[in-house]
Amino acid sequence: MATHDEIEIEVLRYHPETDSEPSYRTYRVPFAHETSVLQGLQYIKDRLDGSLTFRWSCRMAICGSCGMMINGVPNLTCSAFLREYHPGKLRIEPLAHLPIERDLAVDQTDFLEKLASIQPYIIPAESKAVDEGPFTQTPAQRERFYQYSECINCLLCYAACPQYGLDSGFLGPAALALLHRYNSDSRDVGKADRMPIVNAQEGVWACTLVGYCSEVCPKGVDPASAVNRNKVISTLDYFFRFMAPRGASE
Amino acid sequence: MPKRSNEPVFWALFGAGGVVAAFVLPALIVVTGLAAPLGLPSPGVLSYERVSAFAASLPGAAFLFVVISLSLWHGFHRIYHSLHELGVHRGLSVVRVLCYGTALAGTALTAYLLVTAI
Repeated sequence: MATHDEIEIEVLRYHPETDSEPSYRTYRVPFAHETSVLQGLQYIKDRLDGSLTFRWSCRMAICGSCGMMINGVPNLTCSAFLREYHPGKLRIEPLAHLPIERDLAVDQTDFLEKLASIQPYIIPAESKAVDEGPFTQTPAQRERFYQYSECINCLLCYAACPQYGLDSGFLGPAALALLHRYNSDSRDVGKADRMPIVNAQEGVWACTLVGYCSEVCPKGVDPASAVNRNKVISTLDYFFRFMAPRGASE
Repeated sequence: MPKRSNEPVFWALFGAGGVVAAFVLPALIVVTGLAAPLGLPSPGVLSYERVSAFAASLPGAAFLFVVISLSLWHGFHRIYHSLHELGVHRGLSVVRVLCYGTALAGTALTAYLLVTAI
Protein backbone atom coordinates (compact mmCIF):
# COMPACT_ATOMS: atom_id res chain seq x y z
CA MET A 1 0.00 0.00 0.00
CA ALA A 2 1.65 3.21 -1.16
CA THR A 3 0.82 5.49 1.74
CA HIS A 4 0.27 9.17 1.10
CA ASP A 5 -1.58 10.47 4.07
CA GLU A 6 -3.48 9.68 7.25
CA ILE A 7 -7.14 10.10 8.03
CA GLU A 8 -9.07 9.95 11.30
CA ILE A 9 -11.76 7.30 11.50
CA GLU A 10 -14.19 7.55 14.38
CA VAL A 11 -15.89 4.20 14.92
CA LEU A 12 -18.93 3.32 17.02
CA ARG A 13 -17.99 0.58 19.48
CA TYR A 14 -20.43 -1.56 21.42
CA HIS A 15 -19.82 -4.93 23.02
CA PRO A 16 -23.12 -5.78 24.69
CA GLU A 17 -21.52 -8.16 27.21
CA THR A 18 -19.28 -5.40 28.71
CA ASP A 19 -20.59 -2.02 27.52
CA SER A 20 -23.71 -0.42 28.97
CA GLU A 21 -24.05 1.82 25.92
CA PRO A 22 -22.29 2.50 22.59
CA SER A 23 -19.32 4.87 22.52
CA TYR A 24 -16.93 6.20 19.87
CA ARG A 25 -13.23 5.51 19.41
CA THR A 26 -10.98 7.34 16.98
CA TYR A 27 -8.17 5.70 14.99
CA ARG A 28 -5.60 7.23 12.65
CA VAL A 29 -5.33 5.23 9.46
CA PRO A 30 -2.83 5.68 6.61
CA PHE A 31 -4.37 5.50 3.17
CA ALA A 32 -3.53 5.57 -0.53
CA HIS A 33 -5.66 6.72 -3.46
CA GLU A 34 -7.26 3.28 -3.85
CA THR A 35 -7.87 2.50 -0.14
CA SER A 36 -11.54 1.76 0.48
CA VAL A 37 -13.30 2.56 3.75
CA LEU A 38 -13.55 -1.22 4.32
CA GLN A 39 -9.78 -1.52 3.95
CA GLY A 40 -9.47 1.29 6.49
CA LEU A 41 -11.51 -0.80 8.96
CA GLN A 42 -9.41 -3.87 8.14
CA TYR A 43 -6.27 -1.81 8.88
CA ILE A 44 -7.72 -0.95 12.29
CA LYS A 45 -8.59 -4.58 13.02
CA ASP A 46 -5.21 -5.94 11.82
CA ARG A 47 -2.87 -3.27 13.26
CA LEU A 48 -4.61 -1.18 15.90
CA ASP A 49 -7.46 -2.99 17.63
CA GLY A 50 -8.27 -6.63 16.93
CA SER A 51 -11.51 -6.46 18.92
CA LEU A 52 -13.31 -4.38 16.26
CA THR A 53 -16.20 -6.34 14.74
CA PHE A 54 -17.72 -5.73 11.29
CA ARG A 55 -19.07 -7.82 8.41
CA TRP A 56 -17.58 -8.05 4.96
CA SER A 57 -17.02 -10.64 2.28
CA CYS A 58 -16.62 -9.90 -1.42
CA ARG A 59 -14.98 -6.42 -1.47
CA MET A 60 -16.71 -5.67 -4.78
CA ALA A 61 -20.23 -4.49 -3.99
CA ILE A 62 -22.05 -7.73 -4.72
CA CYS A 63 -22.36 -9.61 -1.40
CA GLY A 64 -24.15 -6.82 0.49
CA SER A 65 -22.37 -7.54 3.81
CA CYS A 66 -20.44 -4.32 4.49
CA GLY A 67 -23.19 -1.71 4.59
CA MET A 68 -22.63 0.90 7.32
CA MET A 69 -23.36 4.54 8.03
CA ILE A 70 -20.45 6.69 6.80
CA ASN A 71 -20.86 10.21 8.17
CA GLY A 72 -24.55 9.50 8.61
CA VAL A 73 -25.15 8.19 5.07
CA PRO A 74 -25.88 4.50 4.41
CA ASN A 75 -23.18 3.15 2.09
CA LEU A 76 -21.23 0.02 1.19
CA THR A 77 -17.83 0.50 2.81
CA CYS A 78 -16.12 -1.49 0.03
CA SER A 79 -17.21 0.96 -2.65
CA ALA A 80 -16.50 4.19 -0.72
CA PHE A 81 -12.92 5.45 -0.60
CA LEU A 82 -11.04 7.16 2.20
CA ARG A 83 -9.72 9.81 -0.23
CA GLU A 84 -13.29 11.07 -0.73
CA TYR A 85 -13.41 12.16 2.93
CA HIS A 86 -9.87 13.59 3.26
CA PRO A 87 -8.92 16.09 4.71
CA GLY A 88 -12.05 15.71 6.84
CA LYS A 89 -12.64 12.69 9.01
CA LEU A 90 -15.05 9.79 8.93
CA ARG A 91 -17.56 8.61 11.46
CA ILE A 92 -18.55 5.00 10.89
CA GLU A 93 -21.61 3.58 12.59
CA PRO A 94 -23.72 0.46 12.14
CA LEU A 95 -26.71 0.77 9.79
CA ALA A 96 -29.37 3.02 11.30
CA HIS A 97 -32.77 1.65 12.44
CA LEU A 98 -31.40 -1.88 13.07
CA PRO A 99 -30.35 -3.31 16.44
CA ILE A 100 -26.60 -3.51 17.05
CA GLU A 101 -25.26 -7.03 17.50
CA ARG A 102 -21.67 -5.96 18.16
CA ASP A 103 -19.76 -2.84 17.05
CA LEU A 104 -20.62 -2.33 13.38
CA ALA A 105 -22.51 -5.58 12.87
CA VAL A 106 -26.30 -5.27 12.98
CA ASP A 107 -28.94 -7.90 13.72
CA GLN A 108 -30.57 -8.74 10.34
CA THR A 109 -33.22 -11.10 11.74
CA ASP A 110 -36.15 -8.74 11.17
CA PHE A 111 -35.31 -8.31 7.48
CA LEU A 112 -34.62 -12.00 6.92
CA GLU A 113 -38.02 -12.93 8.35
CA LYS A 114 -39.72 -10.31 6.17
CA LEU A 115 -37.83 -11.54 3.12
CA ALA A 116 -39.00 -15.11 3.76
CA SER A 117 -42.60 -13.92 4.22
CA ILE A 118 -42.88 -12.58 0.64
CA GLN A 119 -41.92 -15.97 -0.87
CA PRO A 120 -38.93 -14.58 -2.80
CA TYR A 121 -38.83 -17.27 -5.46
CA ILE A 122 -40.72 -18.10 -8.64
CA ILE A 123 -43.94 -19.99 -7.98
CA PRO A 124 -44.70 -21.64 -11.34
CA ALA A 125 -48.21 -22.56 -12.51
CA GLU A 126 -47.07 -26.17 -12.74
CA SER A 127 -43.69 -27.63 -11.94
CA LYS A 128 -41.54 -28.92 -14.74
CA ALA A 129 -38.81 -31.56 -14.77
CA VAL A 130 -35.36 -30.33 -15.81
CA ASP A 131 -35.40 -32.37 -19.04
CA GLU A 132 -38.65 -30.64 -20.08
CA GLY A 133 -36.59 -27.49 -20.68
CA PRO A 134 -36.66 -24.00 -19.13
CA PHE A 135 -39.61 -21.63 -18.68
CA THR A 136 -39.12 -19.17 -21.53
CA GLN A 137 -39.67 -15.44 -21.47
CA THR A 138 -39.43 -12.57 -23.99
CA PRO A 139 -36.95 -9.70 -23.45
CA ALA A 140 -39.92 -7.39 -22.77
CA GLN A 141 -41.23 -9.74 -20.06
CA ARG A 142 -37.76 -9.85 -18.48
CA GLU A 143 -37.43 -6.08 -18.61
CA ARG A 144 -40.51 -5.75 -16.36
CA PHE A 145 -38.74 -7.16 -13.31
CA TYR A 146 -35.03 -7.12 -14.09
CA GLN A 147 -33.87 -4.04 -12.12
CA TYR A 148 -35.62 -5.30 -8.96
CA SER A 149 -33.76 -8.60 -9.17
CA GLU A 150 -30.46 -6.71 -8.76
CA CYS A 151 -31.12 -6.30 -5.00
CA ILE A 152 -28.26 -7.70 -2.88
CA ASN A 153 -30.07 -7.48 0.51
CA CYS A 154 -27.49 -5.02 1.87
CA LEU A 155 -30.15 -3.18 3.95
CA LEU A 156 -28.92 0.32 3.03
CA CYS A 157 -32.53 1.14 2.07
CA TYR A 158 -33.77 0.11 5.55
CA ALA A 159 -31.19 2.43 7.13
CA ALA A 160 -32.38 5.18 4.76
CA CYS A 161 -36.14 4.71 5.25
CA PRO A 162 -37.60 7.13 7.83
CA GLN A 163 -40.83 5.11 7.99
CA TYR A 164 -38.97 1.92 8.90
CA GLY A 165 -37.09 3.96 11.51
CA LEU A 166 -40.38 5.15 13.00
CA ASP A 167 -42.08 1.76 12.87
CA SER A 168 -40.15 -1.40 12.06
CA GLY A 169 -43.43 -3.22 11.46
CA PHE A 170 -43.23 -1.77 7.91
CA LEU A 171 -42.19 -4.48 5.45
CA GLY A 172 -39.66 -2.03 4.04
CA PRO A 173 -38.13 -1.10 0.68
CA ALA A 174 -36.05 -4.17 -0.28
CA ALA A 175 -38.67 -6.77 0.68
CA LEU A 176 -41.35 -4.85 -1.26
CA ALA A 177 -39.05 -4.39 -4.27
CA LEU A 178 -38.39 -8.14 -4.29
CA LEU A 179 -42.07 -8.89 -3.82
CA HIS A 180 -42.74 -6.77 -6.90
CA ARG A 181 -39.89 -8.52 -8.73
CA TYR A 182 -41.64 -11.92 -8.37
CA ASN A 183 -45.18 -10.57 -8.87
CA SER A 184 -44.17 -8.99 -12.18
CA ASP A 185 -42.35 -12.07 -13.48
CA SER A 186 -44.33 -13.77 -16.27
CA ARG A 187 -43.23 -17.22 -14.99
CA ASP A 188 -44.72 -16.61 -11.53
CA VAL A 189 -48.31 -17.19 -10.37
CA GLY A 190 -47.82 -16.31 -6.68
CA LYS A 191 -49.39 -12.84 -6.87
CA ALA A 192 -52.65 -13.81 -5.12
CA ASP A 193 -50.59 -15.20 -2.22
CA ARG A 194 -48.50 -12.04 -1.96
CA MET A 195 -51.26 -9.43 -2.35
CA PRO A 196 -52.49 -9.62 1.29
CA ILE A 197 -48.97 -8.54 2.35
CA VAL A 198 -49.05 -5.62 -0.11
CA ASN A 199 -52.57 -4.58 0.96
CA ALA A 200 -51.80 -4.36 4.67
CA GLN A 201 -50.94 -1.14 6.48
CA GLU A 202 -47.49 -2.66 7.11
CA GLY A 203 -47.22 -3.36 3.37
CA VAL A 204 -47.13 -0.55 0.82
CA TRP A 205 -49.34 1.75 2.89
CA ALA A 206 -46.71 2.63 5.49
CA CYS A 207 -44.63 4.28 2.72
CA THR A 208 -44.95 8.04 2.22
CA LEU A 209 -42.72 8.19 -0.88
CA VAL A 210 -39.71 9.88 0.70
CA GLY A 211 -37.58 8.15 -1.96
CA TYR A 212 -34.29 8.06 -0.03
CA CYS A 213 -34.26 4.23 -0.39
CA SER A 214 -33.79 4.55 -4.15
CA GLU A 215 -31.10 7.20 -3.70
CA VAL A 216 -28.86 5.06 -1.47
CA CYS A 217 -29.30 1.76 -3.37
CA PRO A 218 -25.82 0.72 -4.59
CA LYS A 219 -27.28 -1.49 -7.33
CA GLY A 220 -29.59 0.98 -9.08
CA VAL A 221 -32.76 -0.69 -7.81
CA ASP A 222 -35.66 1.74 -7.38
CA PRO A 223 -37.64 0.39 -4.39
CA ALA A 224 -39.69 3.59 -4.18
CA SER A 225 -41.07 2.92 -7.66
CA ALA A 226 -41.84 -0.72 -6.77
CA VAL A 227 -43.72 0.37 -3.64
CA ASN A 228 -45.69 3.08 -5.41
CA ARG A 229 -46.60 0.89 -8.40
CA ASN A 230 -48.00 -1.47 -5.80
CA LYS A 231 -50.05 1.32 -4.22
CA VAL A 232 -51.87 1.56 -7.55
CA ILE A 233 -52.17 -2.24 -7.78
CA SER A 234 -53.42 -2.41 -4.18
CA THR A 235 -55.95 0.39 -4.78
CA LEU A 236 -57.33 -1.38 -7.87
CA ASP A 237 -57.45 -4.61 -5.84
CA TYR A 238 -59.31 -2.76 -3.07
CA PHE A 239 -62.04 -1.32 -5.29
CA PHE A 240 -62.39 -4.07 -7.89
CA ARG A 241 -62.19 -7.09 -5.61
CA PHE A 242 -66.00 -7.41 -5.58
CA MET A 243 -66.42 -6.93 -9.32
CA ALA A 244 -64.23 -9.66 -10.79
CA PRO A 245 -63.20 -13.14 -9.80
CA ARG A 246 -59.83 -13.20 -8.08
CA GLY A 247 -56.99 -12.70 -10.55
CA ALA A 248 -59.27 -11.81 -13.45
CA SER A 249 -58.15 -8.17 -13.53
CA GLU A 250 -54.57 -9.09 -14.47
CA MET B 1 -53.45 -13.18 6.99
CA PRO B 2 -52.51 -9.47 7.48
CA LYS B 3 -55.46 -7.10 7.78
CA ARG B 4 -56.33 -5.19 4.60
CA SER B 5 -55.71 -1.46 4.99
CA ASN B 6 -58.42 1.09 4.15
CA GLU B 7 -55.70 3.47 3.02
CA PRO B 8 -56.56 3.00 -0.71
CA VAL B 9 -59.74 5.08 -0.16
CA PHE B 10 -57.76 8.01 1.23
CA TRP B 11 -54.85 7.52 -1.14
CA ALA B 12 -57.17 7.56 -4.17
CA LEU B 13 -58.74 10.84 -2.96
CA PHE B 14 -55.22 12.16 -2.26
CA GLY B 15 -54.10 11.17 -5.75
CA ALA B 16 -57.13 12.72 -7.44
CA GLY B 17 -56.63 15.86 -5.32
CA GLY B 18 -52.99 15.90 -6.40
CA VAL B 19 -54.05 16.12 -10.04
CA VAL B 20 -56.39 19.01 -9.19
CA ALA B 21 -53.68 20.74 -7.13
CA ALA B 22 -51.13 20.36 -9.91
CA PHE B 23 -53.21 21.23 -12.96
CA VAL B 24 -56.29 23.22 -11.93
CA LEU B 25 -55.24 25.28 -8.89
CA PRO B 26 -52.35 27.11 -10.61
CA ALA B 27 -54.70 28.11 -13.44
CA LEU B 28 -57.32 29.25 -10.91
CA ILE B 29 -54.70 31.32 -9.06
CA VAL B 30 -53.77 33.06 -12.30
CA VAL B 31 -57.41 33.68 -13.23
CA THR B 32 -58.82 34.72 -9.82
CA GLY B 33 -55.67 36.15 -8.21
CA LEU B 34 -53.97 37.97 -11.07
CA ALA B 35 -56.04 38.29 -14.24
CA ALA B 36 -59.42 39.23 -12.76
CA PRO B 37 -58.06 41.91 -10.32
CA LEU B 38 -56.16 43.44 -13.26
CA GLY B 39 -59.41 43.61 -15.20
CA LEU B 40 -58.42 40.91 -17.71
CA PRO B 41 -59.84 39.94 -20.10
CA SER B 42 -62.57 42.50 -19.26
CA PRO B 43 -63.52 44.41 -16.08
CA GLY B 44 -66.18 42.69 -13.97
CA VAL B 45 -65.42 39.24 -15.34
CA LEU B 46 -65.66 37.83 -11.80
CA SER B 47 -68.55 40.03 -10.69
CA TYR B 48 -70.94 38.59 -8.08
CA GLU B 49 -73.69 38.06 -10.61
CA ARG B 50 -71.48 36.15 -13.04
CA VAL B 51 -69.83 33.96 -10.39
CA SER B 52 -73.11 33.23 -8.64
CA ALA B 53 -74.69 32.23 -11.96
CA PHE B 54 -71.67 29.99 -12.64
CA ALA B 55 -72.01 28.29 -9.23
CA ALA B 56 -75.74 27.81 -9.77
CA SER B 57 -75.24 26.02 -13.09
CA LEU B 58 -74.77 22.27 -13.02
CA PRO B 59 -71.33 22.19 -14.76
CA GLY B 60 -70.14 25.13 -12.64
CA ALA B 61 -71.28 23.50 -9.39
CA ALA B 62 -69.69 20.18 -10.39
CA PHE B 63 -66.41 21.96 -11.18
CA LEU B 64 -66.38 23.84 -7.85
CA PHE B 65 -67.28 20.69 -5.92
CA VAL B 66 -64.45 18.67 -7.50
CA VAL B 67 -61.87 21.43 -7.03
CA ILE B 68 -62.77 22.27 -3.42
CA SER B 69 -63.40 18.78 -2.04
CA LEU B 70 -60.48 16.99 -3.71
CA SER B 71 -58.07 19.76 -2.70
CA LEU B 72 -59.21 19.34 0.90
CA TRP B 73 -58.69 15.56 0.82
CA HIS B 74 -55.28 16.03 -0.79
CA GLY B 75 -54.10 18.64 1.70
CA PHE B 76 -55.31 16.93 4.87
CA HIS B 77 -53.88 13.55 3.80
CA ARG B 78 -50.49 15.21 3.33
CA ILE B 79 -50.74 17.04 6.68
CA TYR B 80 -51.69 13.81 8.46
CA HIS B 81 -48.71 11.86 7.07
CA SER B 82 -46.31 14.79 7.55
CA LEU B 83 -47.21 14.96 11.25
CA HIS B 84 -46.24 11.29 11.57
CA GLU B 85 -42.91 12.04 9.87
CA LEU B 86 -42.34 15.01 12.18
CA GLY B 87 -42.64 12.70 15.18
CA VAL B 88 -46.27 13.22 16.20
CA HIS B 89 -47.24 9.65 17.04
CA ARG B 90 -49.24 9.89 20.20
CA GLY B 91 -52.87 10.62 19.53
CA LEU B 92 -52.33 10.06 15.82
CA SER B 93 -55.78 8.50 15.59
CA VAL B 94 -57.25 11.74 16.98
CA VAL B 95 -55.21 13.68 14.40
CA ARG B 96 -56.52 11.29 11.74
CA VAL B 97 -60.12 11.93 12.71
CA LEU B 98 -59.46 15.69 12.80
CA CYS B 99 -57.73 15.73 9.39
CA TYR B 100 -60.09 13.50 7.44
CA GLY B 101 -63.05 14.80 9.46
CA THR B 102 -62.27 18.35 8.33
CA ALA B 103 -61.97 17.19 4.72
CA LEU B 104 -65.27 15.33 5.02
CA ALA B 105 -66.99 18.29 6.66
CA GLY B 106 -65.62 20.62 3.98
CA THR B 107 -66.88 18.26 1.28
CA ALA B 108 -70.33 18.04 2.88
CA LEU B 109 -70.56 21.83 3.36
CA THR B 110 -69.48 22.45 -0.25
CA ALA B 111 -72.06 19.98 -1.51
CA TYR B 112 -74.78 21.55 0.66
CA LEU B 113 -74.01 25.13 -0.42
CA LEU B 114 -73.80 24.19 -4.09
CA VAL B 115 -76.98 22.12 -4.07
CA THR B 116 -78.94 24.91 -2.36
CA ALA B 117 -77.56 27.42 -4.90
CA ILE B 118 -78.66 25.45 -7.93
